[in-house]
Amino acid sequence: MLQLPEIYAENLHRWLPELLYYSLTTLKIAAVSFFIAVVVGLLFALLRLSHNRLIRGFAVGFIEVARGLPIVVVLYIVYFVPPQLFPGLNWSWFTDFTGAVVGLGLHGAAILAEVFRSGIEALHKGQREAAISLGMTPAQSMAYIILPQATRIILPPVANYAIGLLKDTSLCSLIGVNELMNDAKSIAFADYQPMAVFVLVAVIYFAMSFPLSMAVRYMEGRLAVSR
Amino acid sequence: MGQMDPLLRIVDLHKRFGELEVLAGVSLDVKRGEKVSIIGPSGSGKTTLLRCINYLEKPTGGHIYIDGTLIGEKQVGGKFVHLSDRELAKERREIGFVFQRFNLFPHLTALGNVTIAPIKVLGLSREEAEARGRQMLEKVGLGHKVNEYPERLSGGQQQRVAIARVLAMQPKLMLFDEATSALDPELIGEVLRVMRQLADEGRTMVIVTHEIQFSGEVSDRVVFMDHGKIVEQGPPKSVLFNPQQPRTREFLKHLQER
Ligand SMILES: Nc1ncnc2c1ncn2[C@@H]1O[C@H](COP(=O)(O)OP(=O)(O)O)[C@@H](O)[C@H]1O
Ligand SMILES: [Mg+2]
Repeated sequence: MLQLPEIYAENLHRWLPELLYYSLTTLKIAAVSFFIAVVVGLLFALLRLSHNRLIRGFAVGFIEVARGLPIVVVLYIVYFVPPQLFPGLNWSWFTDFTGAVVGLGLHGAAILAEVFRSGIEALHKGQREAAISLGMTPAQSMAYIILPQATRIILPPVANYAIGLLKDTSLCSLIGVNELMNDAKSIAFADYQPMAVFVLVAVIYFAMSFPLSMAVRYMEGRLAVSR
Repeated sequence: MGQMDPLLRIVDLHKRFGELEVLAGVSLDVKRGEKVSIIGPSGSGKTTLLRCINYLEKPTGGHIYIDGTLIGEKQVGGKFVHLSDRELAKERREIGFVFQRFNLFPHLTALGNVTIAPIKVLGLSREEAEARGRQMLEKVGLGHKVNEYPERLSGGQQQRVAIARVLAMQPKLMLFDEATSALDPELIGEVLRVMRQLADEGRTMVIVTHEIQFSGEVSDRVVFMDHGKIVEQGPPKSVLFNPQQPRTREFLKHLQER
């Protein structure tokens, strides 16, 4: 029954180029979502640390809601709800790719906001006070003293998030994005070869995420040494 | 404001943390070039007083003036209003603060620690700031450690870098909060030597300390605080060696017994 070598010998030359092509889409979704998640996450981490209760409340609200929902639900809401809310507008620019990166990006922002916040708060308050007492503004103290130190603390969890994100891009097939998983499904069922195709897809996902895992190990090792 | 006005004027300062009144009306003038030591039992409000002077802590009452300028507030139509972060930052440049636990920036070298504020706050070029920084590190005896990171320095060396970091801002007033209390006994001397040198240069210094002998030799005036109030003050020979208040006597006796 398990004739995988023969099946691959026969089909790999057709499947592999196509799957690799759609892997690029997967990487593109991951990269753009990651960028959105970092920028928006940092913004929410700073809002979360604000002295203003309203601002802080807004940030906490966003973070808790976005973190508390399954990613699929976020993707469905982001992709399907705005056009229904504002049917009069032109939504042709709002492609499934856009919906995917906005959905994954916002969900990731909530996760990273908490990572950034705990990184910033892990620093002794003496660091901020020393900066302030030298005449730095709170923004300067954040930029030159707090964030450079927090970066070292948060790098491993951020890389872990990136690994998870790469895998979560496969959920975007559910809103119709043509990425690796979606393409794999169509090949698998068109050629009646689900096992061979999905094993291949697993290998491709692993090949993409494994270098990131190694990078995390390396960083964690270095941080442990420099303590 | 003339030369005769005090450099630092503290007027009826109050600070509460919730129900706890930590400063219960402190008034103190410090002249230009004067060295004032503050002594007193733990919890008497010494650290809080220093932190209020540069507004690391917002006073709940009273006012602070440096060179006649209100610190942390301004008067608008006869009312006192708090300054914005930016305005406050500008005023803090004039006030150097040396912390008990050094608070060096661990991601920067000794020279980086000393130059970051002159570059980012005063707008000096890197060359100017490094020239000044090296000079200050040499002054505290660490000319050979400019490229070391804090974790590779002893406590005494770290505190001397922290002092150089403050000196590089050329402050009008320097505040020392138990600068030697976190140090092993054998490292205290090197920090006190630097502080004595600064005192001899005629700088204005407010020094919270438990080093009674040092305080006797260096200060023009000693202030004894207890329960958020100044109980007694005067020249060291009277406050330290002939105190009038029973609480001062008791505190000094207590210190000697340790
Ligand atoms: N941020 C704070 N919140 C609440 N209480 C504080 C705070 N800082 C200091 N205190 C209290 O104020 C009192 C005086 O503290 P401090 O000024 O550090 O005294 P000292 O430096 O003379 O030992 C202590 O009882 C301390 O617990
Ligand atoms: Mg104290």
